[in-house]
Amino acid sequence: MNEKTMIEENKNFEEVIAEENICTNENLVYEKPETLTDTPMHYCPGCGHGVAHRIIAEAIAELGIQEDTIGVAPVGCSVFAYNYFNIDMTEAAHGRASAVATGIKRVLPEKYVFSYQGDGDLAAIGTGETIHTCNRGENILIVFINNGIYGMTGGQMAPTTLPGMKSTTSPFGRDVTMMGYPLKITNLIATLPGVYYVTRCAVNTPNNVRKAKKAILNSFKYQKENKGLCFVEIVTNCPSNWKMTPLESNKWLEENMLPYYPLGDLKTPNGKGE
Amino acid sequence: MKELKLMKGNEALAEAAIRVGCDGYFGYPITPQSEILEYLSLEATKRTGMVVLQAESEIASINMIYGAAGTGKKVMTSSSSPGISLMQEGISYIACAELPCLLVNVVRGGPGLGTIQPSQGDYFQAVKGGGHGDYKLIVIAPSTVQEMVDHVKLGFDLAFKWRNPVMILADGALGQMMEKVELFEQIQRSFNPPSWATVGKPKDRERNFITSLHMEPEAMEEINKHLQAKYKKIEEEEIRFEKYMCDDADIILTAFGLVARICKKTAMLAREKGIKVGVFRPITLFPFPYDELNKLADNVKGFLDVEMNAGQMVEDVKLAVNGKAVVEFHGRMGGVVPAPEEILHKIEEKFSVEAL
Repeated sequence: MNEKTMIEENKNFEEVIAEENICTNENLVYEKPETLTDTPMHYCPGCGHGVAHRIIAEAIAELGIQEDTIGVAPVGCSVFAYNYFNIDMTEAAHGRASAVATGIKRVLPEKYVFSYQGDGDLAAIGTGETIHTCNRGENILIVFINNGIYGMTGGQMAPTTLPGMKSTTSPFGRDVTMMGYPLKITNLIATLPGVYYVTRCAVNTPNNVRKAKKAILNSFKYQKENKGLCFVEIVTNCPSNWKMTPLESNKWLEENMLPYYPLGDLKTPNGKGE
Repeated sequence: MKELKLMKGNEALAEAAIRVGCDGYFGYPITPQSEILEYLSLEATKRTGMVVLQAESEIASINMIYGAAGTGKKVMTSSSSPGISLMQEGISYIACAELPCLLVNVVRGGPGLGTIQPSQGDYFQAVKGGGHGDYKLIVIAPSTVQEMVDHVKLGFDLAFKWRNPVMILADGALGQMMEKVELFEQIQRSFNPPSWATVGKPKDRERNFITSLHMEPEAMEEINKHLQAKYKKIEEEEIRFEKYMCDDADIILTAFGLVARICKKTAMLAREKGIKVGVFRPITLFPFPYDELNKLADNVKGFLDVEMNAGQMVEDVKLAVNGKAVVEFHGRMGGVVPAPEEILHKIEEKFSVEAL
């Protein structure tokens, strides 16, 4: 089967042939921010990490804070985030990114610091660090990528795996009587007084991408004003480990993940939660 | 101006941290070293602006150190045995990423929750690795409260010279005892970010990133080779030890830290009885003074290694002596400190030497 018939037979892909005469500089409407490197990302096709990276990078570029921003990468699929962001970064041990970010921010309080963490990293092995970093109101941004599964290690159950959802370690579906309930850690964090801004976003539609980027932009602005901890959850997909095509995974996300993890602000600067 | 004070070991060490111009301390309470965090909480920030943060666990504090050390700032933590065990993953990351920092272990008796009394049971953990993978800490062992002060300065110097974590391996008695100390003058905090530090990427340099992840086995082997070459140079350049009445000694006591000073008393008692005893004290436990000890082995009847553990440094003493002389061992465990007379009795027993 050649590439063309693969595309024809798969309804999830639509082939669009770019016309050479429109690929010119004057028609350029979109480009890579200087805060991203040229390194090709290793993420699977359709994965939300790439978009999440991009909106963070765009926010850093638009705010002009590339020289003053230090990121912390987790252990998980985004362990190589430091290869993609063109900023100074530290790669933390599994679950410890918010403690690492705390260490950086405390000795360099004038810099912008953010951690980027998945659900296993932030809400299982790193729960203690997450809760206490938030509770201290560290003046950092935590970006929490929630796709309900362990990606890097190959699809094991995460603290955020939905009830009944299959994974390699819940092969018959997550049985909440035996395996516990999905942890809505973002809701927990929103109750802490040291936390300034908590929101849940997604990157599954252009509109949601815009909203997520706005949340990142706001968080960096609040950090500049020393307002306290900002926490942005991005609910996203994992086509490979959900064993779906990218389009199927986006549909599944809308029908299953978002009802359990509804989008919107949980804590805003004027004190309102949803 | 130098200043003389009567101070507790833990407090003297904390005072030295302030005076050396330390930028940050991240720690968690555990007996017998909580005075370090307490003293710094009271004194440090108001005097030098140093960051002092009580973390939620030793795991958090060592990872705060990892982040803060990555900025090139002068940072440290302290704990005692069970807490140091919790830190081992982070220490391995720090060693691989070659981040300078100071770690203090005021050792207590183990294993397990053990006791809060002094011990040297963490020699293997500190000197031979502790965490995963092939790495070395530079380990220095104070024997007096004065050295609790001096080793803070030495520790930071070595850490930055070699881009390597340095551990001060003390014990509960050194932490708790009071002695006269001479304090060095306040050194101003200053910051010149090293070229590798993650402090924000200026336009004119490539981004810096700190990682211990290298997926290609060949790349990871190169990292390992680089580390091993560094450790070899450290072994060539940084060995420190003390010889006490070794020149004419028939029997040499080998001991580190607190036990070495007890052994000095034993040597005096022995010499009063006509037994020529000396003391050899490694100050750096890594790098270990193998060659110096090997030379001493030519002229002695034997060595008695004394430790507050089941026999840990004695393995290095045997490696150093390499069969040239007999190496005996006497150890107390679980927080028991050996007495000078007890050690003298062991000398008499093991070497069949009679008092004159």
